[in-house]
This record gives sequence, structure tokens and C-alpha cells, in this order.
Amino acid sequence: MKLRELAHSRTGDKGNTLNVSVICHDARHYDLLRKVLTSERVKAFLSDVVLGDVVRYELPRLAAFNFVLGRALGGGVTRSLALDAHGKSLSSALMDLEIDEEAGL
Amino acid sequence: MDETSMTVTQDRGRVVRIGAGAGYSGDRIEPAVELAEHGALDYLVFECLAERTIAIAQQARRQDPQLGYDPLLEARMKAVLPAAIRNGVRIISNMGAANPLAAARKTAQIARSLGLGDVKIAAVTGDDVLDVVQRGDFAFEESGERVASYRDRIVSANAYLGAAPIVAALAAGAQIVMTGRVADPSLFTAPLIHRFGWNMDDWDTLGQATVVGHLLECAGQITGGYFADPGFKDVPHLARLGFPIGEVAADGSVVISKVPHAGGRVTEATCKEQLLYEIHDPQRYLQPDVVADFSNVCVNEEAPDRVRITGGRGSPRTDTLKTSVAYVDGFIGEGQISYAGPGAVARARLALDIVRERLALTGVQTSELRFDLIGVNALHGETAGARGAEPYEVRARVAGRTASLAEAVRIGNEVETLYTNGPAGGGGVTKSTREVVAVQSVLLPRESTNPTFSFVEA
Repeated sequence: MKLRELAHSRTGDKGNTLNVSVICHDARHYDLLRKVLTSERVKAFLSDVVLGDVVRYELPRLAAFNFVLGRALGGGVTRSLALDAHGKSLSSALMDLEIDEEAGL
Repeated sequence: MDETSMTVTQDRGRVVRIGAGAGYSGDRIEPAVELAEHGALDYLVFECLAERTIAIAQQARRQDPQLGYDPLLEARMKAVLPAAIRNGVRIISNMGAANPLAAARKTAQIARSLGLGDVKIAAVTGDDVLDVVQRGDFAFEESGERVASYRDRIVSANAYLGAAPIVAALAAGAQIVMTGRVADPSLFTAPLIHRFGWNMDDWDTLGQATVVGHLLECAGQITGGYFADPGFKDVPHLARLGFPIGEVAADGSVVISKVPHAGGRVTEATCKEQLLYEIHDPQRYLQPDVVADFSNVCVNEEAPDRVRITGGRGSPRTDTLKTSVAYVDGFIGEGQISYAGPGAVARARLALDIVRERLALTGVQTSELRFDLIGVNALHGETAGARGAEPYEVRARVAGRTASLAEAVRIGNEVETLYTNGPAGGGGVTKSTREVVAVQSVLLPRESTNPTFSFVEA
């Protein structure tokens, strides 16, 4: 199952750092994602774009996570050569991540 | 807070209704008019200042000392002032950009020309700290480099002010407040502090007020804008998206709503996406007046298009103010060309290889180059691009960083010559150049700023 089935996401930028929220459609999937959607997994999935560390913050009351991606904006929004200098489209890339429900059981 | 208690006359028992009239400088104009007319608002806030907008405005001010404010200020104020003044809606905005005094004077002229009578308009100043930064010994937070090594290239330096000077202007009777750089949420916390009389060391309440400001500051991004994903997250009538209203109680708790007939929707999901937008550590969201903690925030839909948000907290503010320093940083030149049909990707890759070799052969001086295939790898790289099927059409893009405009122009030109010298079937060339205004930040001791306000005459 794709992450898109379980969660939605928005990206925000600050300098050369990007944050990507992952918000469960249904709070019952929070524990599954907490287990399988690790910062390592996100870093590996977005390896072409994210050059720095990935830190995951947990927000159980919102059934959500906030991933903070270091060195992910080509040197910073204001000077990047990238087409999407703000990295706004990256939330959609993450929605393509495959979630193995068995792994969460 | 229910309807009956809204009739209580004392401010502390009332709900204060704040609308968001713009989420960025170029935002749509009519939603704010709709709010001023039908939102039963107390305040209407326009957040129009992105990170480097102020540097671009500063360049305009150097050309003409009466400019340097938001280019859409006149259009927005002409559209919204009649309803706002008629309905007693007070306006707060950072459209002052690099010249809040000129923005306030311009607004006063507009009010007079519309026959709206004597409107009290204040300008907040003190965010411009270029002199302090130029004279001092600071290092950039991002790169660690000394600011002094950039001295000749610096365009502007503006500290993120807190709510205090806006609160003072409101207390003095301002109906409209124009600011330069102020932390975005502070544009919203200021009227709440003014109306509810919160203490500036009531950290938990200021933390919750920051939640309110953060939720509203991007306007349509909480009413269903930047949210729709057909089949998964559907939003009605985005072409006439309504902007949000925050109905705030004396404890800072808020219900996010919108004008009923406006497009869009307010749900727990739209509120959560906006709550986490541009946040790093949710427990430490640094603001001039408080370190806000979003980690215990609760989001609860109590009726259609009405979502209650509570639980923001805070801890004491830091001793420094974040200050954005903008500097000119060379030029970017760019060219693009499209290919389609069988073999489109192979021809586009060949096109990129040719331009790469041409830039080397002809000695174009660049410090950084980027080669993209739009439709394949431009947004998220080869790994993500390889997950999809080959597209019918693809656009080759070359972008490079140069020291001079003349060198930047040569990049687009080398893409353009692919018409007669490159692979088959290339079409739709575009080329562009732009000067780069980059931004880094320094932390400035609070005492080196002097935030204040003054009233202006038309």
C-alpha cells in the first residue's frame, strides 16, 4: 500500500532546510507509521534530494509526524538553481512510499 | 464560546474575530473584501512579506524614496478600505516592507481619495537594522561566515520584531497599522494582546496565540488551498476560495471558520497541515515574544467548517531577535527546450550533453550548473524519476550561476542554438536571467533594536 492511502502531507521551507509533515487520515494508523516510517526510511527514499540528516518529530495528539530534512534545498530557497526552489513538491514524492502493513503488526 | 456569551460587552468575555486577508505578496484580492463585508470581523490582517521581498523593496526605495512598500498595497487598500471602514474592521499588515512610513502615507491618501474621512493610520518602524549589522561583528547562522566579508554586497538587514509596537499603535487608536518586518504570527497576536490585555510573560497564552497566528498567516492554506488532491482530498470551489476567520476567546483558544458561502473547506486535516507548515521542532517554535510549543495542540471539528484548536503552550522568549540579511549573490541564467514523441527522453538527454560540452568549449564562467529533464528528474532526482513510466514529452532545462549578467545570458543562448544545431524536434525555447538576492540570518541582541510607531498624515 502506498503512503498516500494512509496519510497526507505538506512541505515547508526555511533556508536550506525542509520540513515535511505526514498526517494520518485515520488516527488508528499512527502506530503502524510510527514503526515503519522511520527517519532512515525517509532519508533513503529521498536520497537524491536530501543531502543532510532527517529528524522525525512525533505528534501523537495530531496522529502526525514532522520530518525535518537538512540540506534539502540546493543551498537555500533564495539562491537555489532548482526548478522548485522551495521544495514544495516533495510532499507528493513521499506519498509514493510503499508501506508494508505486515511489518507493522 | 457560544453565541449568548458574545453579547457580553467586556472584552475579556468576548470573542475577537480576526480574518486573514492575504497569505503572500501576490495573493488574490477579493477574498479580503468578502471578509471585510461578510466576516463580522474585528481585525483583518494581511501577511505579504516573504524572506527576500524586503530586499527587493529596499532596492525600489533606493530608486525612489517614496517607494519600497508592497507593489499591491494600492490595489488591496482601494478594494478593501470602504467595507473595512464602514464595518469598523481594523487593518494590520506588513505591506510596509522596506518603507512602512510611505506605505502608511499612501494608505492615508487612498482613504482620503475614497472619501472615508479621518482614518488613524500608524507606521511601525525599527526593524531596519542595516546600520547595526554593518557596524557590528556578526556571523551568519547558516554558513558561519563573517557578515563583514559580505559588506559591499549587503542590501538590507531587518530584525523580526514582535507584537509590542503594533499593540502600542492599537492602544493609541490606530485603525490601520503598516509594518515592515514583523514575525508573521505577531501580526495576529498583537490585536489579541491589545484586546485581552495579556501579560507579555504569560508564556502559555502567548504560545497558544502563536498557534492562532501561525494557522492564519498563510490565509487560504487553511481553508482548503494548497490541499486538494482529487479523489483523496477534494475541496469545493477553489476558484473562489474563502480566506479564514479566527474566532479567538480570552484564553487564546480559537475556532477557525470562513464565510459560509465562500469556497473551500475547513477541516481537521486542513488545520493540521497548516499547523505543521514550516515548523521544525514542534516544541520549540522560536518567535520574538515567546518560544511556542505546538506538541500538545488539539484539533477538533465541532461543526462543518468550524474547527476548534487549543493546547498551544510556551516558554520564555530568547534574548536575541532573528535578523534577515539580504545580499546580492551574482546571477542565474537559464534555458529550456522541449522534446516529444518516441525517443523524447533520449533526445533531451543528448541536448543536455551538448549544452554541457558547449559551455565548457566556449568558456562560460559558472560556479554551479544544473541539468534537468522536466517531466523526468527535475523535481526529485533520478531515483524518484525512475519510478514512473517514460513520459510522452520532456523539457530539457539548464541553469547556471554566474558572477556577471553577460555570462548568465550565454547559458540560455547555448540552449537556444539547439534549434539548428541540436537533436531533432526541439521546440519552445525559453531563456531568462535574473540577479540573485540571497538571504542569511544573524541573531541580534534585543537591546540593539528600537521598535516604535508613529501616526501619519495624508
